[in-house]
Amino acid sequence: MNAAPLLDISGLRVAIPTATGTVEAVSGIDITLDKGETLGIVGESGCGKSITMLAAMGLLPPHIAVTGSAKLGTREILGLPQAELAGLRGKSIAMIFQDPLTALNPVLTVGDHLGEALRLHDSHLSKRAAAERAVELLDLVSIPEPRSRLRQYPHEFSGGMRQRVMIAMAVANDPQVLIADEPTTALDVTVQAQILEVLRRMRERLGLALIIITHDLGIVAGSADRLAVMYAGRIVEDGEAEAVFARPRHPYTQGLLAAVPRIDAGMRRLVPIEGAPPSLTARLQGCPFHPRCPHAAAICRSEVPRLAATDGGRVACHLADRLPALTPPASEARAQ
Amino acid sequence: MKRFILRRLVAMPFLVLGIVTAAFLISHATQGDPLISVLGDRQMDNPEVVAAAKARWGLDRPLPEQYLVYVRNLLTGDLGISIRTKQPVTRDLLVRLPATLELVIAAMIVGSGIGIALGVLAARFRDRPFDHFSRLFALIGSSLPVFWSGLILLFIFSVKVHWIPGPGRLDARTTPPDFVTGFYTVDSLIASDFGKFLDALHHLALPALVLGWAVMGIISRMVRASMLDVLSQDYILAARARGAREARVLFHHALRNALIPTLTIIGFSFAYLITGAVLTETIFSWPGVGSYAVNAARNLDYPAIMGVTIVGGLAFLITNLITDIAYALADPRIDMK
Amino acid sequence: MAMASTNAPAWRRPSWLTLPVAAGGLIILAWIIVALTVPLWTPYDPVMMAGRRLMPPSAAHWLGTDALGRDVLARTLWGARFSLTIAAAVISAAVVIGALLGALAGFLGGIVDGAIMRFADVTLSFPPILLAMAVTASLGPGMQNAAVAMIIVWWPVYARLMRAQVLTIKQREHVEAAVACGAPPARVLSKHVLPLCWSPILVNATMDFGQVVLLAASLSFIGLGASPPTPEWGQMISEGANRFYQWWIAFGPGMAILSIVLGFNFLGDGVRDLMDPRTQ
Repeated sequence: MNAAPLLDISGLRVAIPTATGTVEAVSGIDITLDKGETLGIVGESGCGKSITMLAAMGLLPPHIAVTGSAKLGTREILGLPQAELAGLRGKSIAMIFQDPLTALNPVLTVGDHLGEALRLHDSHLSKRAAAERAVELLDLVSIPEPRSRLRQYPHEFSGGMRQRVMIAMAVANDPQVLIADEPTTALDVTVQAQILEVLRRMRERLGLALIIITHDLGIVAGSADRLAVMYAGRIVEDGEAEAVFARPRHPYTQGLLAAVPRIDAGMRRLVPIEGAPPSLTARLQGCPFHPRCPHAAAICRSEVPRLAATDGGRVACHLADRLPALTPPASEARAQ
Repeated sequence: MKRFILRRLVAMPFLVLGIVTAAFLISHATQGDPLISVLGDRQMDNPEVVAAAKARWGLDRPLPEQYLVYVRNLLTGDLGISIRTKQPVTRDLLVRLPATLELVIAAMIVGSGIGIALGVLAARFRDRPFDHFSRLFALIGSSLPVFWSGLILLFIFSVKVHWIPGPGRLDARTTPPDFVTGFYTVDSLIASDFGKFLDALHHLALPALVLGWAVMGIISRMVRASMLDVLSQDYILAARARGAREARVLFHHALRNALIPTLTIIGFSFAYLITGAVLTETIFSWPGVGSYAVNAARNLDYPAIMGVTIVGGLAFLITNLITDIAYALADPRIDMK
Repeated sequence: MAMASTNAPAWRRPSWLTLPVAAGGLIILAWIIVALTVPLWTPYDPVMMAGRRLMPPSAAHWLGTDALGRDVLARTLWGARFSLTIAAAVISAAVVIGALLGALAGFLGGIVDGAIMRFADVTLSFPPILLAMAVTASLGPGMQNAAVAMIIVWWPVYARLMRAQVLTIKQREHVEAAVACGAPPARVLSKHVLPLCWSPILVNATMDFGQVVLLAASLSFIGLGASPPTPEWGQMISEGANRFYQWWIAFGPGMAILSIVLGFNFLGDGVRDLMDPRTQ
């Protein structure tokens, strides 16, 4: 933990100009990722988790204003010209997306895709060598009969297989960081576990640092080392995954955990969080969560809470010290 | 994919029959004596000719029999004798076909080439001045009467500025190259006569551009719309995330997908080009099927008119078939649709 | 005593009045006004000799004179009457016939559908200009016959549109309900199905106006439509083609066609943008 983090994002802000004014989708995010670590970024749809990572990689359209800092190792990558960023993408940082069907070009074969992933970053690689390497990659993600699969088109694969192909493409050039944006959301539950297993194996074999973006706490429960919870464009709590699951400090995290069914908890009612997340355009004063927070006080309505260190992590809540950390019904920590 | 192509091929004979039947009905709708559609005014006075025609076309027999005779004649390639040229219509058309094909193909190349480029750039620079300009350019192209734009542009570039040579396919003093394809450009290249090749190209330039302008418009609009659609897809973002640069994203990824729906438009613009050829060949003194059709119309040369119409219909059918097949080949997902 | 300040509300541009729609609409409106009023204010008669022959544009004749000494500008403006009338007649007839046949095909299905659609398919197998040429030549040259030919060429477009619409609407619940209540087919068709089908037809018909004007001019250009001395645009361009060096003779009618068709195309393009869910 003493070495510089692999990925260091600080003060990231994303402002989207619209017809009715500028919308701040991400308001000052700080995230660090160490080598070999798995970070889970959790939050509801629209909280800005995907946009944060797209912004860090420079993949947002040019009219969207991105400010702050994003460092890969010691190198600042925010604001780099597209040509340089293209060299990093797919090589040092890779990303896989939610829906593998729409993320693959329907008129190109799987072989074409893998070949491209490889040859974009190694112009001396011959087509044949690339094809051989592609077969190895498909084997790595456990796709049977890889050689014949190379000539097939995305629509000829099942959902789970397509996602494996995406993972294969992402690890093709041995990246340091792999960002998985909702990797299992578009898949059946049975397939979800398989994909998480594939990701875990990639981590072990290649020593990747992994960021898993999801709205589903169950996905990160077994795999993440650290967790960051986002709400309305801000991080409201982060820390060691075990600690966050066992003793959530922020009312939002507490609400999320209370709403998740748990095998070890016996029969109890699920408690949803009342209300709905604020729309991007209607950002309020004060803490973004206060309308839905059962503990909201006067200060919560006027001042935005800052992320402050607590034991083992950080929380952005005015009442963090005064509120007891909730312990979930079972004394053991995590649901699998 | 094979099933799709097979289905289309099977439907062809019925459509051909439909065309022939329609032509039969039209020629029998002619005012007065149906013989007029085959002979024309003056020859009607000659009883021998009239009798011969009656026998050949079975005109003194009941209508259904006439129909069968008509179909039989057509199937053997007999389209009648032109009143104006006194030659078999089929022969007239075959002689003139290469000129029109050369013009239409050149216009297609110019129109699609520039149209696709404009469409890609308009999508890339969406809502910027270039986009608006190309939209205006496209709209003007679809609004111009080709016979007029041909006239005006010929006047400007040939008379006023002398950039373009006079009418015809070649300089009046030159002889055409030896016949291989009938395309003067190709044939002169085959004969290694580069001077003649340039001359032919020079004469082909303005007509091809004038005709091409009309299809440039619809193709560029279609490509732009397709590109915008495609560029918003996830696989484009994924390609960028892999490290693909802008040019590769635009052409290797986006355009390949955007061209698929554009293929149908390209096929459809063939109809525009046939229409354009009919209307512009006279302006440019281009000795093709188009000017033949116009002369036939002006002289009420019925056999020639019907001949051109039937051939035009068949050409249309064939291009539609080719377009459908090309579409099937281009989109790997076709059997799922 | 305080004076109440009454500010008239500032005019806010309605959202549908985009630049293409406005530009197109204005051009069309201008031509309609010209077509309706030109007899009242042109100084020159379109068919009578007005000056010396083949004179280039001048102060007296802004677009010069043609081979018979007639003022080209006056003839051009008069031409609007013919072109707009013919286009309106052709489109109305094609819409009525096409929509009727298409509705019958879609609603009744089976043999009726098959027969009507085969007719439509065969008609659409021909390049429009050639079919129009063949039919006009058969019937004999002249504006009326050209109009009939154009109607024959155009009805399948609306038949197909109407049929597709009817097929979609037919499956809607309120139609099923009407049928279940025992309403006779004619009533179901006229009261429940048709009223919902018209709008795409009407939109397309307006946008097709320009194409019909072009087709009519093309037929006249090749000698099958209007004949001299009618100041019809295609006809005038044909005369102009014979007088190549007197460019103004063809210039007037050509610009007229270009501007009217451009107006309709602007309008159509603008309307299409408004209806496209992606640009909303």
